[in-house]
Amino acid sequence: MSEITPSQTVGPFFAYGLTPKGVCQWRPNSGFDWKETAGDNLITPDASGERIRIEGCITDGDGAPINDAMIEIWQADAQGRYMHPRDNRSIPNARFKGFGRSATDKSGVFGFSTVKPGAVPGPNGKAQAPHIVVCIYSRGMLRQIYTRLYFSDESANASDPILALIPPDRRDTLVAKKQMRGGQNVYRFDIRVQGKDETVFFDI
Amino acid sequence: MTLVYPKESLSAYPKHLSPGYRSTIKRSPSKPLIIIPHTLSELTGPVYGHEAVQENDNDLTKQHKGEPLGERIIVHGHILDEDKRPVPDTLVEIWQANACGRYVHVVDQHPAPLDPNFTGAGRTVTDKNGYYKFITVKPGAYPWRNHPNAWRPNHIHFSVFGHSFLSRLVTQMYFPGDPLFPFDPIFNSVTDEKARQRMISSFDLDNTVPDWALCFRFDIVLRGREQTPMEH
Repeated sequence: MSEITPSQTVGPFFAYGLTPKGVCQWRPNSGFDWKETAGDNLITPDASGERIRIEGCITDGDGAPINDAMIEIWQADAQGRYMHPRDNRSIPNARFKGFGRSATDKSGVFGFSTVKPGAVPGPNGKAQAPHIVVCIYSRGMLRQIYTRLYFSDESANASDPILALIPPDRRDTLVAKKQMRGGQNVYRFDIRVQGKDETVFFDI
Repeated sequence: MTLVYPKESLSAYPKHLSPGYRSTIKRSPSKPLIIIPHTLSELTGPVYGHEAVQENDNDLTKQHKGEPLGERIIVHGHILDEDKRPVPDTLVEIWQANACGRYVHVVDQHPAPLDPNFTGAGRTVTDKNGYYKFITVKPGAYPWRNHPNAWRPNHIHFSVFGHSFLSRLVTQMYFPGDPLFPFDPIFNSVTDEKARQRMISSFDLDNTVPDWALCFRFDIVLRGREQTPMEH
């Protein structure tokens, strides 16, 4: 029998602790300056690769925006290396952590500034298409839900071993759509928690 | 040390849909979750150490000009993996209501006073033995709108990273003997009695500081166990 500590919901009031610099207006005029652990800008001065913006809206089973969610992302650098002891390849972007947090605003919108990750090793030595691991927390979620973000302009998606496990008619929910805005690549990634066009979530 | 993450361990978790907690009804996936292997993307995760923590981050009674009102307490324990090995150098974040049961968050409209000397956010890193310690005040119970006369038991929110993105845990620590336990759908979303007990801290008389503060112990067991030759 499992002996792990059970998960409980993040609740509606996490922002002053977990995303204090975010767009969520949690703060009365307290004058309290809480340093954030990680924010929505992952870019470090030493990070090589293409600067991108990721934006999306998260909605519930009624299509209503979830205005009190926290989205966490975990990704490799542009060379496909993770800043973690288990990835013992050399790290050219030593300050790039690859982790970000964004609290949704009143319209359910979240966003990240980051670099596009490179391909990373997958099962049986097969490379995975560039992707970002996404983890979602909110009031009404008793445990986090995991998904992945892929990029619409990557031909490697066609041979990605994880996308291949998803029914073809649902794969599109994991593919962020590239748009150009003011000379910058913006990838649009909406998350539908429940119902029609529900985003694919993982049992991991 | 290489860790694996048996999915069976997740049986301790609440189900995504737990209708007694009404907000889960529209915020839980309705389609089956897709099983995927644990790749390097899942087996790695954010690493935050001492550089993420500032002085007094773990003492919530020293973050303002004066001392907060309420019952001063020590909350400490160990972060462990499934083999009960310590998880060293991992970030532990907490947030909580003040002694009156009020959060500083603007959305909290509970008509209880805010405390100008208490925000309720804390952060620390475990030492080489997986040990952490906070000093704070005991949070109050507070009402919520889930059902008529609904009150949350006293609790402190915990966020822990662990060895990978699979060991990531957000949970709540409860206090022993709370009379609200039978009525709280969030606490009872964990259906296994033993698993529920693991969310309740224990009163730690030995580490109480005489004439100063009571002490509660809360050990947290994260996903992840050492790979054995039987597997793979």
